[in-house]
Amino acid sequence: MSLSVTLTVNRVQHRVLLDDPRVTLLDLLRERLQLTGTKKGCDRGQCGACTILLNGRRVNACLALALSHDGAEILTIEGLADGAALHPVQAAFIAHDAFQCGFCTPGQIMSAIGLISEGQAGSDAERVREGMSGNLCRCGAYRGITEAVVAATRSMTKEKAA
Amino acid sequence: MNRFEYLRPQSVAEAVAAAAVPGSAFLAAGTNLLDLMKIGVARPQRLIDLKDLPDLDIIEQLPDGAVRIGAQLRNAELAHDPDFRQRFPIVAEALLSGASAQLRNVATVGGNLIQRTRCAYFQDPASACNRRAPGSGCDARGGDTRQHAVLGWSEDCIATHPSDFCVPLAALGAMVEIEGPAGRREVALTDFHLLPGNTPERETALGQGELVTALRLPPAAAGFARHARYVKLRERTSFAFAVVSAAAALRIVDGRIQEARLALGGVAARPWRAEEAEASLRGATPGAEAFHRAAALALEGARPSGDNEFKIELARRIALRALTLAAAGTPDRLPALPASPFAPLPGGLHV
Amino acid sequence: MSETQRIRHGSSIGQPITRRDGPLKVTGQARFAADNHPQGLLHAVLATSSIARGRVTFLDEAAARAHPGVVQVMLPGNRPALAQHPDDKSAPFSFNMDLLQDDRVRYAGQPIAVVIAETLEAATEGAALLAPRYAAEPVEVTLDATSSYVPEAIGVGGPAELRHGDAEAGLQGAAHRIEAVYETPQQFHNAMEPHAVVAAWDGDRLSLDMPTQGFALTQMRLAGLFGIPVENIVIRSPFIGGGFGSKLLAGPQVLGILAARLVGRPVKLVLTRAQMYGPVTHRAPTRQRLRLGAAPDGALLALHHHARTATSRFDDFIEPAANASHTLYAAPAIVTTTDAVRLDTGTPGFMRAPGEASGSLALECAIDEMAEACGMDPLAFRLRNYAEVEPISGKPFSSKALRECYAEGAARFGWEGRKLAPRQMRDADGLLLGWGMGTATFPALMFQAEARAVLRRDGSGLMEAGTHEMGQGAWTAFAQIAAESLGLDLERLELRAGRSDLPNAGIAGGSAHTATAGSAMQAAGEAAIARLTELAVTDPRSPLFGAGNIGVVPRGGRLVRWDDPSRGEDYAEILARAGLEQVEGRGSAAPDPAAAERYAMHSHGAVFAEVKVDPDLGQVRVTRLVGAFAAGRIINPRLVQSQYQGGMIWGLSFALQEGAVMDPRSGRVMNADLAGYHVPVNADIPSVEAILVEEEDRHVNALGVKGVGEIGITGTAGAIANAVWHATGARVRQFPITPEAILRAMAAQPG
Ligand SMILES: Cc1cc2nc3c(=O)[nH]c(=O)nc-3n(C[C@H](O)[C@H](O)[C@H](O)COP(=O)(O)OP(=O)(O)OC[C@H]3O[C@@H](n4cnc5c(N)ncnc54)[C@H](O)[C@@H]3O)c2cc1C
Ligand code: SF4
Ligand code: FES
Ligand code: FES
Repeated sequence: MSLSVTLTVNRVQHRVLLDDPRVTLLDLLRERLQLTGTKKGCDRGQCGACTILLNGRRVNACLALALSHDGAEILTIEGLADGAALHPVQAAFIAHDAFQCGFCTPGQIMSAIGLISEGQAGSDAERVREGMSGNLCRCGAYRGITEAVVAATRSMTKEKAA
Repeated sequence: MNRFEYLRPQSVAEAVAAAAVPGSAFLAAGTNLLDLMKIGVARPQRLIDLKDLPDLDIIEQLPDGAVRIGAQLRNAELAHDPDFRQRFPIVAEALLSGASAQLRNVATVGGNLIQRTRCAYFQDPASACNRRAPGSGCDARGGDTRQHAVLGWSEDCIATHPSDFCVPLAALGAMVEIEGPAGRREVALTDFHLLPGNTPERETALGQGELVTALRLPPAAAGFARHARYVKLRERTSFAFAVVSAAAALRIVDGRIQEARLALGGVAARPWRAEEAEASLRGATPGAEAFHRAAALALEGARPSGDNEFKIELARRIALRALTLAAAGTPDRLPALPASPFAPLPGGLHV
Repeated sequence: MSETQRIRHGSSIGQPITRRDGPLKVTGQARFAADNHPQGLLHAVLATSSIARGRVTFLDEAAARAHPGVVQVMLPGNRPALAQHPDDKSAPFSFNMDLLQDDRVRYAGQPIAVVIAETLEAATEGAALLAPRYAAEPVEVTLDATSSYVPEAIGVGGPAELRHGDAEAGLQGAAHRIEAVYETPQQFHNAMEPHAVVAAWDGDRLSLDMPTQGFALTQMRLAGLFGIPVENIVIRSPFIGGGFGSKLLAGPQVLGILAARLVGRPVKLVLTRAQMYGPVTHRAPTRQRLRLGAAPDGALLALHHHARTATSRFDDFIEPAANASHTLYAAPAIVTTTDAVRLDTGTPGFMRAPGEASGSLALECAIDEMAEACGMDPLAFRLRNYAEVEPISGKPFSSKALRECYAEGAARFGWEGRKLAPRQMRDADGLLLGWGMGTATFPALMFQAEARAVLRRDGSGLMEAGTHEMGQGAWTAFAQIAAESLGLDLERLELRAGRSDLPNAGIAGGSAHTATAGSAMQAAGEAAIARLTELAVTDPRSPLFGAGNIGVVPRGGRLVRWDDPSRGEDYAEILARAGLEQVEGRGSAAPDPAAAERYAMHSHGAVFAEVKVDPDLGQVRVTRLVGAFAAGRIINPRLVQSQYQGGMIWGLSFALQEGAVMDPRSGRVMNADLAGYHVPVNADIPSVEAILVEEEDRHVNALGVKGVGEIGITGTAGAIANAVWHATGARVRQFPITPEAILRAMAAQPG
């Protein structure tokens, strides 16, 4: 069986020949495109480390079958920064010390970007906490994460308004 | 995960035809099916991806006042649909209390309905499980039964259905629309999930190759929006399945309950609608006395399936809480922590 | 204060600078072990046992081999030979391992085969197709097992029993007595990064990408197992995705190394999340009995802390839980005892604050119960029994700002005015509100480390040490120390770390990495500066000629006269004139036995918790956590606050969420995933705050640094349990505290 999927990853189109129907988006990114910024913490939708934006929405790449997403547009942590300029969420994560070991961080950041564009939480810290609860951080950087997301939300909405 | 054949039908008819082959499984978002395939609990030979099926991801207002929700609609889209969430806030609250934002962004209405039990022994291929392997026994009996049933269970299986979404759907009398080799039919959501009896492997009313195309909230489901709440007891503040949960919806006219709906989650192999309790509330004055009586009725006949007697009292209390909150009124905006006891309570508990 | 210091010293120490590795971590460029893909890479997947004791009688090797893409199946029969039996203990800190030595199974989740394939998908399915059959034997996996014994040593060699004073007499004469039993479950580290290795052999040289908290220990173990010299093993571990003790020693990744040897190609092995509940050690369960007696005025008269814990049937690691009672409260009689049972589980090991975490939870609850019995405020009771010297040894503390921690924490939290009796407070919604506190403590340890410093002719500096970054902020804090020691601005300092082929910087464990490796760096920096100084002061052409070693100090890339900082010379000039490309200095650090003989050395803290409890449903939310900690000199307050907060969240997890659900029939962990094994999510942490209490310590080490990595758990778990009691009036002594346990205990309340 030879199957192929075409994916636009971080604005670059990839045609991937799959010898195997079982490949998840996560394993495709990590093992076949060697985009290893996206992490695998559980492979079962339980930790959020693999969060990417799929057609603009945050999802767990580990529970998405690659074949099912032919033609999709994907944004990963590698596609965020514009050259040396960090995305406001990335910068806020550094400023608020929103990580320790950094393993959950790509997923947290992609999830935060998804959350901000969903627009359900605004800068209400409690809604941010709830909205970020699909991303475990065993190091316990939650306070920094919440503060970073609130700060980035504020700065991004200001930017838009300006 | 085993290798499988991957099909992508373009119509419902094609999908139904493809599924006539034993060993086939429909793939919606896969958040449950792929998970079970990864741990070796599901090993379908053929995956039929529902992605391309037309018109299954829409919300339709029907002329008679009913609302049809396509099976492929994503949980988040339904919960955030402005019109839907205003008319059925209890469904939105239940949806948003389940899983995580990432999962809700992909998980579908159909998948949520048909998701399998989270029984740890079911998920562990090394354990005996009548549901997974008919006749093998049930290792949950005598094991850890915190997740297990106190209503409607049998000696052969004590599993619960884990969905939050289905609990208010049961309360509101949703119908499941099905398309199969023999054509179209529908069943009440409360009859859709089967109690285990001595065939726990039969989990739903679906036959081979049958596809759920939509859920329908009948006209009678409307009119509860002002007094409808879902409450979910969890072991952590978010991203956890319910220990027990309850959905309560009231239609209050002139200080009396004209119509009441009550369903429980986490207590049985199906979302458990408590019709006797509902009947007891009809015509009553909303308040502690009526709610206590109703909650007690809801749990009548409950018995522990192991070391889980506490769930009976917890379920009674969460039913009481849901009724109390529903009577207090649906908040204008869903609380930051949907369905949580820690969401601010309008008026407080007044205990 | 810190601002003026910075101006005076040109130093970044004490500054809350952001993480140097931040940009790599937020862009996905920080490379963790599993992110590597050498040419020709194959994927290995473990097959693990589902029984806890017995033998593997059959594996369907043929089915696995037949699966497309499978290259090899490694079994006891074809596993490459090892130079040493995996149960050989000749290297230091060697635990028995399961490396396919035979068909025996000694715990559930034990590796029993490895499938190697061209793709991860094929290897995964290959492992599933092995469908093992077993000859299973009955198992014992609970603390009620029959085989209890008194271990020879607990923790890393401490005595199982310590007696100071006559506890029985103290208890007899006490006006107030309590006796209570607390139970804690088996817990798993669950670092977000699963154990991983990418292994490649070149002859008898071994190249590894593998997270490790201890390069040298791991290298030594591997060298022994494979019969190759230590120098032949290079381990790269620039980033560790959380370790918490589980990545200190060589783990099941050795099987990946064996697989690479078997197939002659590089191999990647990454454990699945479920496999993180077997062969990677865990925190052992405990059942702790505390007996306390106090005088009418609340003075403790006796404290007996007994811990029952468990180890595996085939090795020893005894959680030193009772040790928590040695240092905190000034009882004239303190007795700690331990016994253990042998279970059909993997061997427990070091998990964040091993001993202190479980022990402090029990102790802080018991102290709270004793305060209640004496009718005293829990803080007043703790102050009444404040230890001016270490109670068990009588030694003075090298420093102890615990009083200040109590005061600052209590003030910040608003402890004053707390009602003594429980169940007095409700929030606006009618939820029960409770306040509790606990004392935090963790020993200030030192291990051994080396470092090498270089000053270069371009005016920049280099510090080399095989240190470990696992979230503490090693890249940042060590750079700060290194820059300070070399008198350089931070931007001029290059830090080389995270590899085994650098000076041995010891382990990242025992909360001692900054103290130990930092002290070695300090010494190395000083040695390099001394070399440079010698060049300057002996050279007549230098403005520093004749200034003498004592009279010259490094400042921002210059050596200047102590008495007149305007007279000095750039490092670059000194080196240029001497015709040298660089000067080098080496330094080392080790515990100071004389100081340890004289002083008791610990970090301290006080944690205050507020919880809300639903009175009907029993669900708990920790609405506020305030910790005040004193741990000597603080290199970087931003990083340290994060460490404390993380530790406190672990304390919350310990009190309310974490625990393996073990099926006593099969010996399997039934919640071996992150949906069933709960750890806190963001919504569980509405408010956590760590206050840094000033403390100067001249004895612990040259830097005056004590550990901050583990102390946060201690105190916190107890504070939360005590707050639950204060909210509800119900004492739950079995952890994690569940909603139904609270309701049960509330129902048992009189009235
Ligand atoms: C970590 C985690 C936490 C979760 N927490 C919660 C929670 O708190 N509350 C909760 O309610 N749920 C929770 N879930 C479950 C989640 O809601 C379900 O996984 C999801 O709704 C399934 O939808 P899906 O589209 O991914 O279904 P799939 O996985 O694609 O399908 C699920 C099943 O339904 C069948 N199926 C799907 N669509 C149809 C159809 N139209 N007709 C016939 N058969 C169909 C499939 O064959 C399969 O058997 C959680 C899941 C995870 C992974
Ligand atoms: S309760 Fe049902 S699902 Fe769980 S093990 Fe028993 S038979 Fe299987
Ligand atoms: S790896 Fe996808 S959610 Fe954990
Ligand atoms: S930073 Fe380590 S897991 Fe989040």
